[in-house]
Amino acid sequence: MTLEAMTVSPRDAEKYEEKEFGFWLYLMSDAVIFALLFATYLVMVGNTAGGPTGKELFSLERAAAETLVLLLSSTTFGFAAVALSAGDRSKVLMWLAITVLLGACFIFLEIGEFCGMIQEGAGPERSGFLSAFFTLVGTHGLHVSVGLLWICVMIGQVFFKGLTAPVASRLMRLGLFWHFLDIIWVVIFSVVYLPGVL
Amino acid sequence: MDLFGRLTIESLPFYSAIAASGAAVTVLGALAVVGAITYFGAWRMVLTEWVSSVDHKKIGIMYIMLALVMLVRGFVDAAMMRSQQAIAYNSEGYLPPGHFDQIFSSHGTIMIFFMAMPFLAGLANLIVPQQIGSRDVAFPFMNSISLWLTTAGAGLMLLSLVVGKFSTAGWTAYPPYSGVQFTPGVGVDYWLWMVFIAGFGSTMTGINFLVTIIKCRAPGMTMFRLPLFTWTIFVTSLLMIFAFPALTVACATLILDRNFDFHFFTNAMGGNMMNYINLFWLWGHPEVYILILPAFGVFSEVVAVFSQKRLFGYVSLVCATVAIGLLSFTVWLHHFFTMGSSARVNSFFGTMTTIISVPTGVKVFDWLLTMYRGRIIFKPPMLFTIGFLVTFVIGGLSGVLLALPPIDYMMHNTTFLVAHFHNMIIPGVLFGYLAGYMFWFPKAFGFKLNERWGTYAFWCWIIGFYVAFMPLYVLGLLGMPRRMEHYEIAAWQPHLIVAWVGAFIILLGMACLAVQLIVSIRERNEALDLTGDPWNGRSLEWATSSPAAPYNFAVLPQVEGRDAWWDMKARGVAYQRPDKYEDIIMPKNTYVGAVIGGAGFVFGFAMIWWMWWLAALALLVIFVAVVIRASDDDSDYVMPASEVKKIEDARFAELAKAPRNEMADDPGYAGDPVPEAT
Repeated sequence: MTLEAMTVSPRDAEKYEEKEFGFWLYLMSDAVIFALLFATYLVMVGNTAGGPTGKELFSLERAAAETLVLLLSSTTFGFAAVALSAGDRSKVLMWLAITVLLGACFIFLEIGEFCGMIQEGAGPERSGFLSAFFTLVGTHGLHVSVGLLWICVMIGQVFFKGLTAPVASRLMRLGLFWHFLDIIWVVIFSVVYLPGVL
Repeated sequence: MDLFGRLTIESLPFYSAIAASGAAVTVLGALAVVGAITYFGAWRMVLTEWVSSVDHKKIGIMYIMLALVMLVRGFVDAAMMRSQQAIAYNSEGYLPPGHFDQIFSSHGTIMIFFMAMPFLAGLANLIVPQQIGSRDVAFPFMNSISLWLTTAGAGLMLLSLVVGKFSTAGWTAYPPYSGVQFTPGVGVDYWLWMVFIAGFGSTMTGINFLVTIIKCRAPGMTMFRLPLFTWTIFVTSLLMIFAFPALTVACATLILDRNFDFHFFTNAMGGNMMNYINLFWLWGHPEVYILILPAFGVFSEVVAVFSQKRLFGYVSLVCATVAIGLLSFTVWLHHFFTMGSSARVNSFFGTMTTIISVPTGVKVFDWLLTMYRGRIIFKPPMLFTIGFLVTFVIGGLSGVLLALPPIDYMMHNTTFLVAHFHNMIIPGVLFGYLAGYMFWFPKAFGFKLNERWGTYAFWCWIIGFYVAFMPLYVLGLLGMPRRMEHYEIAAWQPHLIVAWVGAFIILLGMACLAVQLIVSIRERNEALDLTGDPWNGRSLEWATSSPAAPYNFAVLPQVEGRDAWWDMKARGVAYQRPDKYEDIIMPKNTYVGAVIGGAGFVFGFAMIWWMWWLAALALLVIFVAVVIRASDDDSDYVMPASEVKKIEDARFAELAKAPRNEMADDPGYAGDPVPEAT
């Protein structure tokens, strides 16, 4: 079954369009949250209170690895979207599963980074700078975790319901969310890790 | 394991008689509601037709009920403060300082977050879909979540009166005072979580209405044919979407500071408390316009209908609304000129603040010119509108004074400021919402509110307002700081006693509102609105029956111009029956929204009291509820054409009995709609 073959009534098509537009508005609202967290981080980046600085804490290798898996996961989600428009259910499932694996790798790396910092005594309670760092990067990580749950739910829906029009419409919005998190990460990499290390 | 976190038996309010009686009133109020529903055997009706409803009209009514309950609660706080200050010259008064601080904090919090916000969301829900000729909002289910999250926040507010103490940090919760070092305990946490949870609801409301207004308009309803109220909700929605994230961030970071030892706003360890104040007002100033623009929308509708004349300067009103929306993001620093920013920064924000008064002035002239040479009918909504125009201009002038940083340095933190913003918010917001409440009540319930008691309410409110707040201007000039629990300066007391009298007159106004509601319900058969158009209205919400059918419009209206309903009446195409009706797809009722709101309430309570297991459980419930809903591809039902026909037949039978225009008996009636030369 391909998407073209699915019968979507004009009313349903309108409903999906409304939902997609509403989701874009949500993403813009979320983008403002991140913008303010970035602004907070930049205000506080020098407030180390005698504690460690980014230069001492950040590892470019780890940040690069995190970037790699997250960008790859975006690519694999793209493949899932391609498979969706071809109507290939098993390929959609495969690419979504790979996306979950890559996203889980990202979360694993990030938790490892956080735990390492906390063990070194550089947790969020150490200084204003570290509070801002953990909140900004942690909020992104929380979004990725929610995204992972969402992908798992969608894997279930694709498996049980097939590529129906409502499922496809949800997958499109999930795609927006997932790629949005990628963009946020690129900014985190450029604003937090690169200046911190260089 | 610590099952109850930091909740102990000492958290119950038996430490003071006043606190205990407040708690008792809250608990008894809740019991009375439960008892009344049981007594009338109405649980099934309440649950199946209201709690689970996704109908925008019912959601709107529930929002406004919440707002009116919270208005009473917030007013009690105000009356207690006025009473304390009237007697606390060289004495302790009757309220200990900690309690007085809780009361001014809860007064502001309630009035902004749980009176004004639900009131505006309620009016928008009730009216906007009907004004644009739509059958519902774009996302009826999300609408239900918004309502129940707002209610969850309000529930936490009421609960704080019973379990634990409320915040003493004012409605703005400035650190470092609101930090855990200076204010331990649960008060600030109550404030943070209720605002945080209700804020999510508001963000969703914003998204919902923006999509509704852009995507769900009736054929022919172009943007520049939208009624002004819808335009103001459009801009308000934009502001909600882009301003509420700032409140979310401010609350979340302060929560982290207080509960998890972060250092965003602490004195030491690299915190920066001014950053909170920036974040808070980055939301807070747009919030002022989120509240006031819908009221401007109501005034625009009311002034045209009761002047029996087309709104003057429609395009300039739209432009002014949009301009205010944009400029509202450029003035937030005027809330803290004394922070110590450079003269350059302060003069920028001072200049922007004076500039933002220009579009507001444009609006005032447009309303005045609408009335000019109109045939004005002085119904209560119109009285509130005229009272607003006169009073608001005074508040605006004191605002322009405060916009000048050197003057602000003198007035900062005095009662002059308190007088100023009440002078904006009471006429600008509350009068607008009350006008909307009286204007659209027949649309919601099918009968009109009693006009005599509405008029009494108006006079009590406006006289009470002047008596209560003009002395505060004087007191501010005499140097009285706001939020004084007691004082030693004899010259202040007479003014405070006058202000107390004003509060008493407003109390009479509140009583008149209550009597009006009771009398109107009892005598509803004499004030039935059979046509759906009791005021000879101009916009499409008056084309539906009162109360409107679940689908609003059996056939979507074809809009040909501004003032769409007036235009249809003038062209003689109003009340036309179609040849045949069609099936209508409607959203099914669902409890998922209420479950999410309930779980949000439990989550907030658990986080406040550090019951982590309960918080995790509540989050799990929300997750499961969302997944169940997101997997439901069968959330609509079809109302068959035969049923639509039945409802419409009943409507037209009523219409045949009713006089076409109920305003025609009023002295000063200017005549039936005729095509206007454009």
